[in-house]
Amino acid sequence: MSSIPENAPQHCPGTQSEDAGKASACAGCPNQNICASGEASRPDPAIELIKNRLSNVKHKILILSGKGGVGKSTVTSLLGHGLAARNANMNVGILDADICGPSQPRVLGVRGEQVHNSGSGWSPVYVTDNLSLMSIGFLLGSPDDAVIWRGPKKNGMIKQFLSEVDWGQLDYLLVDTPPGTSDEHLSAVQYLLGAGLSGAVVVTTPQEVALLDVRKEIHFCNKLHLTVLGVVENMSLFVCPNCKVSVTGDGNKAHNLNKR
Amino acid sequence: MLDYVKRVILVLSGKGGVGKSTVSTQLALTLKESGYRVGLLDIDLCGPSVPYILNLEGQSIHQGPYGWVPVYLDNEQNLGVMSIAFLLESRNDPVIWRGPKKTAMIKQFLEDVCWDELDFLIIDTPPGTSDEHITVMENLRQVPQCSAILVTTPQQVAIEDVRKEITFCKKTGIPILGIIENMSGYECPNCSECTNIFSSGGGKSLAEIAKLKFLGSVPIDPRVGKLAGQGIAAVKEFPDSKTSKVFGELAQSLAY
Ligand SMILES: Nc1ncnc2c1ncn2[C@@H]1O[C@H](COP(=O)(O)OP(=O)(O)OP(=O)(O)O)[C@@H](O)[C@H]1O
Ligand code: SF4
Ligand SMILES: [Mg+2]
Ligand SMILES: [Zn+2]
Repeated sequence: MSSIPENAPQHCPGTQSEDAGKASACAGCPNQNICASGEASRPDPAIELIKNRLSNVKHKILILSGKGGVGKSTVTSLLGHGLAARNANMNVGILDADICGPSQPRVLGVRGEQVHNSGSGWSPVYVTDNLSLMSIGFLLGSPDDAVIWRGPKKNGMIKQFLSEVDWGQLDYLLVDTPPGTSDEHLSAVQYLLGAGLSGAVVVTTPQEVALLDVRKEIHFCNKLHLTVLGVVENMSLFVCPNCKVSVTGDGNKAHNLNKR
Repeated sequence: MLDYVKRVILVLSGKGGVGKSTVSTQLALTLKESGYRVGLLDIDLCGPSVPYILNLEGQSIHQGPYGWVPVYLDNEQNLGVMSIAFLLESRNDPVIWRGPKKTAMIKQFLEDVCWDELDFLIIDTPPGTSDEHITVMENLRQVPQCSAILVTTPQQVAIEDVRKEITFCKKTGIPILGIIENMSGYECPNCSECTNIFSSGGGKSLAEIAKLKFLGSVPIDPRVGKLAGQGIAAVKEFPDSKTSKVFGELAQSLAY
């Protein structure tokens, strides 16, 4: 996977590419020496670190959606609760990788909790005995605080979450992501592939605008060789409490999508 | 860069799916119906929905002598649109880009599109407070005629994300025009009873607390949902709806 530093010129071939430091775009780039030496193309040492850290985690699942507000975070929390409730001996962890809009602390009802840093790393917040959560929301001072970060800083945070949180023994780690196909997603995939990533669950709503973005998300998974474990259609129908008539979006659209 | 643009309006929300693209397109359409020349720039690079909503999918941008020529909705060229979707081969192609590449693209959108004279340039943004937003803010800081509209839904999660967006605007020095609450209540097409699916009024009280102007609440209206994909203004199609009232008033308050 190629990566392009913040200070690289527009046509940077990517520090992991064969042309790194040698392409015509590299002339005058401040990173040219490092790139030409091959130093930058070595695999990120964090990958190995994360592999070790997550060696006690059986299944790692990414929750994705192209569109915002389709209920990814709600689906993630329901899935987490569902898995944890099924078997008291099973341990489930949720990592909130939505750095700019973390909503898991609120959705899981643990807002305002603190995370502690012990010798073995950050300990997550326990929602129940066997359901734990890590989110940047726990690190912010006030709900008004905005995380105004560009990609590289967000990537650093995700790397830190993956390599420094002490989850203990986990059967499932669910990673909730922000909408889109950008830094957070690429980093999560990049770091987790080495540790063994089970696949992705894609969440959508029945409207065409949402389905449009979900198709992009499925192509994203295909490009990164990520298994799509399933597509969840959220909010497919609304039952009017007054007349009890249910109003559907185009409820069967998501099923068709699944077949492709 | 945007010398011939009289006013720039950014449509922002921390949370995704609250209706930024719906508000951007309906605002642009309403302003066009009011006789203004309008540009609509979609900087949601990973999930562009403006071309779909305006029924402009499959069109492409060409390079003219003075830069990229936007895609026009109407023959009179009163509503021009620029989106990354016009540069993709297929509507299903994902744009898998990290920040720096997105930044470069947005700079190009701001510098190399030949809008001609515009009364309004509306900018639809992706959710969040990251690369796209920082870039657009940094580049628009020198543009004195720029301001932002914040979109929220009544749920607490959305309200919280808008509070972050207020902090963001304050930090970057972009004035906030006001807050719109979208999807506030649901009008049943069967019995026209209005149900509050989510609690309502959160946007209004947030506006009061933050001392911002409240620009109105738009209910969930299946007719509005259906306009997506057609490129028709609600004010033209359903002039009597609550939605049209909100957008009509908003357009009027922007008149100069
Ligand atoms: N007032 C409304 N009544 C009915 N449907 C609506 C209304 N507002 C938005 N919608 C529908 O909700 C969905 C999300 O809206 P939209 O795409 O405008 O949100 P967005 O904030 O731009 O999302 P994203 O963060 O993913 O860019 C769309 O299907 C849209 O048609
Ligand atoms: S020197 Fe490295 S960082 Fe700079 S353009 Fe070349 S590959 Fe990219
Ligand atoms: Mg949008
Ligand atoms: Zn009803």
